[in-house]
Amino acid sequence: MADGSTVPAFRRGVKFRFDSVRNAWVLLAPEKLFMPDEIAVEILKLVDGARTIDTIVEDLAVRFDAPRGVIASDVIAALKDLSTRGAVEL
Amino acid sequence: MSVPPPPMGLIAELTHRCPLQCAYCSNPLQMDAPKSELSTADWLRVLDEAAAIGILQVHFSGGEPMARRELKHLVAHASKVGLYTNIITSGVLLSDEAMAELLDAGIDHIQLSFQDSTAEGGDRVGGYRGGHAKKLEAARRIREAGLSLTANFVIHRQNIERVEDMIALGEALGADRMEIAHTQYYGWALLNRNALLPTRDQLNFVNGVVDAARRRLQGRIAIDYVVPDYYAARPKACMGGWGNRFINISPSGKALPCHAAETLPGFTFPSVRDHTLAEIWTDSDAFTRFRGTDWMPEVCRSCDRREIDWGGCRCQALAIAGDAALTDPACHRSPDHHLMEEAITTAAGHAPLDLVPRRLQQAIHD
Repeated sequence: MADGSTVPAFRRGVKFRFDSVRNAWVLLAPEKLFMPDEIAVEILKLVDGARTIDTIVEDLAVRFDAPRGVIASDVIAALKDLSTRGAVEL
Repeated sequence: MSVPPPPMGLIAELTHRCPLQCAYCSNPLQMDAPKSELSTADWLRVLDEAAAIGILQVHFSGGEPMARRELKHLVAHASKVGLYTNIITSGVLLSDEAMAELLDAGIDHIQLSFQDSTAEGGDRVGGYRGGHAKKLEAARRIREAGLSLTANFVIHRQNIERVEDMIALGEALGADRMEIAHTQYYGWALLNRNALLPTRDQLNFVNGVVDAARRRLQGRIAIDYVVPDYYAARPKACMGGWGNRFINISPSGKALPCHAAETLPGFTFPSVRDHTLAEIWTDSDAFTRFRGTDWMPEVCRSCDRREIDWGGCRCQALAIAGDAALTDPACHRSPDHHLMEEAITTAAGHAPLDLVPRRLQQAIHD
């Protein structure tokens, strides 16, 4: 189960990069491709295999001046979804 | 005509040559001769154009893409221009040396196909003695190289009872992803349909096995499950919609909206020898004819799923219903849907059949 101390990381073969043709961030994975929404993009920019979910939530809560509880549930939901689809390891 | 959004993926069919002879191959019966294949310089130019128009991933396919020795240069070039590189391979040519070269070239992912869970079954379907053992070695090399591995299992009536063993094999090999793919009935597979199409009981069995495996492996190994259209109530969004996500380049350089599109009559598919990918994507009749929803018959046009499944598969509409512009007969709303049921009944009534192996020679000489 993912909790605050979990360290999310991109799975092997997954690349997160900016696409200048679409002017958008894209998540490229084995035989799959995701166009993350704005919230997911901000989360994924902080996924580096070192930061915990708590650290990511803290960073976003400060930058977006939003309640930690709300941010935490958004972050966990987004990462769980990407984990189920094979892009992120929790 | 508005400018379409950029394509996502390029399927680069480097050659129709293949050491294997799988009777479910989706390559066309009339395969491209080796002498007609695009040159390396052509492919390098196509990769440049692909990156420039917004393609994000390139899937090197075939035939067996590793049968082209310059594959490593194409991977290196694709990687350099920012494309995500994927190889779809049988693995039988993936030696230590080839693996090291591809790793140096910056390969992102390899999809390795298996014909069965056992050497006996796999080598029989592939028509290649020792092939299964080479695939096991290839899987080991991919994982030892630190790459993500997709194990692809194509299932059909003659191997379907071993699907649990296949999933266990994928796990044992350290696959990150698995594809349990029911045969799609195009090309050689359509020719062999009566020998390959599973029964409803077999399908129900596999559905249960895959459901259980997905629950057990959740978060560790993602399983993509491709169901056979013949048992579906709704069609698949073939290629994510015609001219919507993919460009497929045949070995001789024809740009196709899907790999089976050459079966469609009344089309002139533009060659990358004569046109840029941008022209082909935006302006060619081949890519615009079934794009979007304007071409759709009433059954599709009035359906709220029209931009979900895009009317299904044009090649299947032609192959089963006789007209590429009809609703895919896989859809329960298609007036031709009963033809799918009839194909199932016909296949089930057949005694065990020999498979017609896929052979390049045969295609050239015909």
